[in-house]
Amino acid sequence: MSQQLRNAPGLPTYFLSDEQQALADQASRFFFSEFHHLNAEMDDTDDLSPSVFPKLGEMGYLGLNVSPEYGGAGLDFTSACVITEELSRASAAIGLSHVAHDNLCVNNIYRNANEDLRRKYLPGLCDGSLIGALGLTEPGAGSDALGSMRTTARKDGDQYVLNGSKIYITNGPIADIVLVYAKTSPEKGAKGISAFIVETDTPGFKVAQKLNKMGFRGSPTGELVFEDCRVPAANMVGRLDGGVAVTMSGLDLERAIVCFNAVGIARRALEISIDYAKTRQQFGKPIANFQMVQSMLAEMYTEIEAARSLSLRTAAMCEGLEEGQGGRGEIHKLTAAAIFKAAAATSFVLDRAVQIHGGSGYMRDTEVNRLYRTGRVLEVGAGTQEVRKLIISGELLKN
Amino acid sequence: MNVQAGPDIAALEAIKANYSLTPEQRQIVDHVDRVAREILHPLQGKMDAEEWWPDDLFRQMGEIGLLGITAPEELGGSGQNEFTQALVSETISKWNPAVGLSHGAHDNLCLNNILRNGSEEQVQKYVPGLCSGKLVGALGLTEPGAGSDALGSMATRAVRDGNDYVINGSKIYITNGPIADVILVYAKTDKSKGAKGISAFIVETDNPGFKVAQKLDKMGFRGSPTGELVFEDCRVPASAMIGVENSGVSVVMSGLDLERAMVASICVGMAERALELALDYAKIREQFGRPISSFQMVQSKLAEIYIEVETARAFGYRALAACVGLPKGAGGRGEIHKLTAAACLYAGEAFNKAVTEACHIHGGSGYMQDTEINRLFRANKLLEIGAGTSEVRKIIIAEELLRV
Repeated sequence: MSQQLRNAPGLPTYFLSDEQQALADQASRFFFSEFHHLNAEMDDTDDLSPSVFPKLGEMGYLGLNVSPEYGGAGLDFTSACVITEELSRASAAIGLSHVAHDNLCVNNIYRNANEDLRRKYLPGLCDGSLIGALGLTEPGAGSDALGSMRTTARKDGDQYVLNGSKIYITNGPIADIVLVYAKTSPEKGAKGISAFIVETDTPGFKVAQKLNKMGFRGSPTGELVFEDCRVPAANMVGRLDGGVAVTMSGLDLERAIVCFNAVGIARRALEISIDYAKTRQQFGKPIANFQMVQSMLAEMYTEIEAARSLSLRTAAMCEGLEEGQGGRGEIHKLTAAAIFKAAAATSFVLDRAVQIHGGSGYMRDTEVNRLYRTGRVLEVGAGTQEVRKLIISGELLKN
Repeated sequence: MNVQAGPDIAALEAIKANYSLTPEQRQIVDHVDRVAREILHPLQGKMDAEEWWPDDLFRQMGEIGLLGITAPEELGGSGQNEFTQALVSETISKWNPAVGLSHGAHDNLCLNNILRNGSEEQVQKYVPGLCSGKLVGALGLTEPGAGSDALGSMATRAVRDGNDYVINGSKIYITNGPIADVILVYAKTDKSKGAKGISAFIVETDNPGFKVAQKLDKMGFRGSPTGELVFEDCRVPASAMIGVENSGVSVVMSGLDLERAMVASICVGMAERALELALDYAKIREQFGRPISSFQMVQSKLAEIYIEVETARAFGYRALAACVGLPKGAGGRGEIHKLTAAACLYAGEAFNKAVTEACHIHGGSGYMQDTEINRLFRANKLLEIGAGTSEVRKIIIAEELLRV
């Protein structure tokens, strides 16, 4: 991965461009020097240092896909993906908080909100003075997120009154801005959903609890409650009852970019496994000399490169995806397949990584154990593996 | 202040193009897809039942432009790169795996190897005939005692005698062996040097010292003739040597990297066909009063097959892209060696999973020998063994990963 392979110009290469690679290399250096050493304490305390978001903003790593006009970095989607990969490699938890902020919240606002909302919120979200989150999942609405959604938004004058709750919301406990989905026409089912920007100092908004996770600790996750929470009608993102298009096309992009959170974590696990296998001696030689360990390392590499190849192709196919596009067809199927593969590959790689680390990998305060506890949710969040397969088979069986 | 604008449409299109086939490649794939479906697909049943290879098939393939994909147009080829050659291979294999295998052995292992490593004279002598299909090519590396340890255990030797080399030994599991006119053969020219004492020769099969000991009876890929070859005082002119003496190892190793990337494509073509067959069957087959495709357990399998196909394809194409333009003698080490081994490892296992599930979806009918899905199922395993077993592929990867 260090050495660049490429082919003749003018032909498809399946490799990053020089610019994209340079961005990734630079990001990797910065993230490792600034964040990697925070991992142990984040895991212990489950707190995110307040300095992280401003630091990311200062270095230009927020608003990756947002036009510089609003304070963003103006990068292509693939570049945002490889930056996400490098951040996750250095710190899985910061990588998660970053993607929830930057892709789920910021990019969704950028793609779907009107000019006033963009001007009002994006600059703060891009410089790190505001932290963003997205609220979709509810206690009773997981895989059936749209159908079972119970949070409602009732029009009252030039306001909407929100009632309900959202759960497992990344950045929820620290967010300044939450992009919230709620039913504006409950009788219309999934077609009666709208998206709102909610400022978390609004009366009626409350963090019911900060949740205690197995992994990704340090990235704060919460349950949010809305009790007669009054939001200006102007804070609606997209049109009335148009939330499903926002969420579905957003979810395709989310799946595509989260592939890179997974791949970054898996790459780190392989790196530390190689180091460990070279230094750990048993039977008088490094365990890397044994074919059974070599086999594990080779399989880990193969899964990572396979997942990474599909993820890169998928990210490329997401370039220039128009507002409201996605949520159906080829891109819907491809993004679901890519995240399924990336998550499954990462689970496999993390399992093998702990195996190679032996007893030490079972100890909570090792890097490999932190990664191991982290990986599991990648097969659950942004659609479970089962939902991903339903999407794929739904598309395959169309007609 | 000059505000930097975001990426424009053209820049985004360029990123997409980076991961897509070129219009020319698309056109070639469409052409091959059509002719392979019309001409090669109907041959499957008889080829499988009788281990039958149609006599004029190579000539026919030459006529419709399927041979010499990487050879220059003035020699009768198509002047394409190895990536495009792999796309052709993928498409042929989708419609007829046995023809895909024979085509790959001829066009990549033999023809492309001569093209990359042969002298001008050798290229002029053999490539036009190989492009037209007048000559059939093969490659001989594996021996009865030399499989995974192909180089170290190689027993076939070539001894210099005046202006000739005299070859003695045998080669086994050689695709196209029984029908080949031209075989690229590896033999030891300096036994004391081990793997570094191997040279490559072009052997014409009408040589009196050459003989096909037997045609082998395979489980799958039936119709693609596989044989054991014997060399008994087989005398070839020194000019039949490819490259210089004892340089065979670099020819074989760089060829193997490319071969592995090509094997990935064969797997992708076959896995894609397995998915199509499984989808068709699942939609039509009714049980409990509805198509079995309406059951989630079947849907889960279909989704997983699709994921395997697309992952193997993306990975295979990435490895191929890295092979294109690889300088002569490069490969056989480093990043490309690791990447091609991994792509091939992945694709072999992906095809295994895909075809196993696809066959399963076919229920009892998939167990019947004369169905297309069963032929595909029996084609399984070979591609986890040929061109380096999965274990050899892992050894390559691990060595590269552990290199300091």
